[in-house]
Amino acid sequence: MIPFTLQKVLTEAEAIAAAGQGGRYIAGGTTLIDLMREEVERPEKLVDINALPIKHIRAEGGDLVIGALARMSEVAAHPETQRLQPLIAETLVEGASPQLRNVASIGGNLLQRCRCPFFRMLDAGCNKRAPGTGCSAIEGLNGGHAILGTSDQCAATHPSDLAVALIALDATMRVTGPGYERSFPVDELFRLPGTTPHLEHTLRPGELIAEIRVPGGPHARRARYLKVRDRSSYEFAVVSAAAALHVEGGIVRDARIACGGVGTRPWRMRAVERALIGKAPDRAAFEAAARQATEGVKPLSGNHYKVELLPRTIVRALEMAGEVA
Amino acid sequence: MPEETSHIPPAAAAFPPVSRREVLQATAGAVALAALPGGAADSAAAAEAGAAAGHSLRITVNGHAHELAIDPRQSILDVLRERLNLTGTKKGCNQGACGACTILLNGQRVNACLTLAAMHDGAEITTIEGVAQGEALHPLQAAFIEHDGFQCGYCTGGQIMSGLGCIAEGHAGSPAEIKAWMSGNICRCGAYPGIVAAIAQANKAVRS
Repeated sequence: MIPFTLQKVLTEAEAIAAAGQGGRYIAGGTTLIDLMREEVERPEKLVDINALPIKHIRAEGGDLVIGALARMSEVAAHPETQRLQPLIAETLVEGASPQLRNVASIGGNLLQRCRCPFFRMLDAGCNKRAPGTGCSAIEGLNGGHAILGTSDQCAATHPSDLAVALIALDATMRVTGPGYERSFPVDELFRLPGTTPHLEHTLRPGELIAEIRVPGGPHARRARYLKVRDRSSYEFAVVSAAAALHVEGGIVRDARIACGGVGTRPWRMRAVERALIGKAPDRAAFEAAARQATEGVKPLSGNHYKVELLPRTIVRALEMAGEVA
Repeated sequence: MPEETSHIPPAAAAFPPVSRREVLQATAGAVALAALPGGAADSAAAAEAGAAAGHSLRITVNGHAHELAIDPRQSILDVLRERLNLTGTKKGCNQGACGACTILLNGQRVNACLTLAAMHDGAEITTIEGVAQGEALHPLQAAFIEHDGFQCGYCTGGQIMSGLGCIAEGHAGSPAEIKAWMSGNICRCGAYPGIVAAIAQANKAVRS
């Protein structure tokens, strides 16, 4: 591990000032410490933000409001999460081991780095780790990689399960910068790789994620997450789907679907959603709608199977959501 | 304990006994430091640099208070093993995937390898060495023996610490639940049926 300095801050203003002097925020550190040990990440200065008062979890109106430093385990177990947004709890429990969930923060979960093996392999080309060195996955081992949103420079999937749920649920986030705050949809946090795969998010230098807000609605209770993976627990998604349905009078009034494991960012499936509105929530309708999910896919040599697995995962997630009483 | 203490040849009898661990540590440290700028040399280098870096750490481990000067690169795992000689907490993968380093940090199970010790000043830590009451095993330790919850034993300390967390969190209600909530602990010997049975039994004992 490259030597670094560690500064503990007590206020958001102090944190942002420290970040302005080249500091890198650390909360749970479960991704960052690992990547620093591999020397994939080489911050010279860490800013320990764990003392900041942004650990709250509460209901505001029908919204679920989550401080960025709340831990995954706390948010998943919180009665307001389970009451208002069970989908959030489900993605968090599926998202990491219990030990990691006790440490990892919500803000850090959204900013975690990709799990492409070449990203961690210092002697392999990786445009995300070292721009201009090429992508070892596109012509190499790419069975786990993305089929949507790829470029010729990167095909790494975004690993967060929580982000898939937040995007399906139209969550927003509030960030604090030097002398200002701004809020925007979580959907706008994530970039596509394009020609700049090393730029993964839209935060400006020094900005700090303060809070996530998940709006409620009639879809929120009938919502499930299906995570297909190589083993049944504690593994990243091969393909995953978050599905939320509002059914009234035997007809789908609203549908929210987003997927993980298939895109270079968490992927909202708006065409699938549109195809469900006004239909009876049955398997035939789910299958017909799910076919829309693969529009525009670009499979690589090793991940053609995801083109078939993606719609099947969506259908099963919709069935699971439909079974919620 | 032949595997713990080296034989002392007569000519060297004047020197104090050297444990296997100290020999391995000294040898590995010297080789790694000579060969690599970072990586394997990290913990040894960080231990050496501890006093110079001057981060002061006060922690309570198994009820004993410690005050140490540490390098910010040191994980709690490295501090436990290399500064406090508590080697029951194992370094398996050192990347948060295997669970062999599981401890209770302020009452919650965590991977000690992925924690920077300098970020946990004032912490209360329980390691596997602190689970038994003197010679009396904790019910979960006794259950691991009763159900053959291990073969080689390398993961066992982490399994037991994680099992304690699993029971305390209320997620040991059924074999399926135990399997899901123990998924952060890998056993390459495949002692999982015994581990699950041991946790189920201890859960009943603790709750009755």
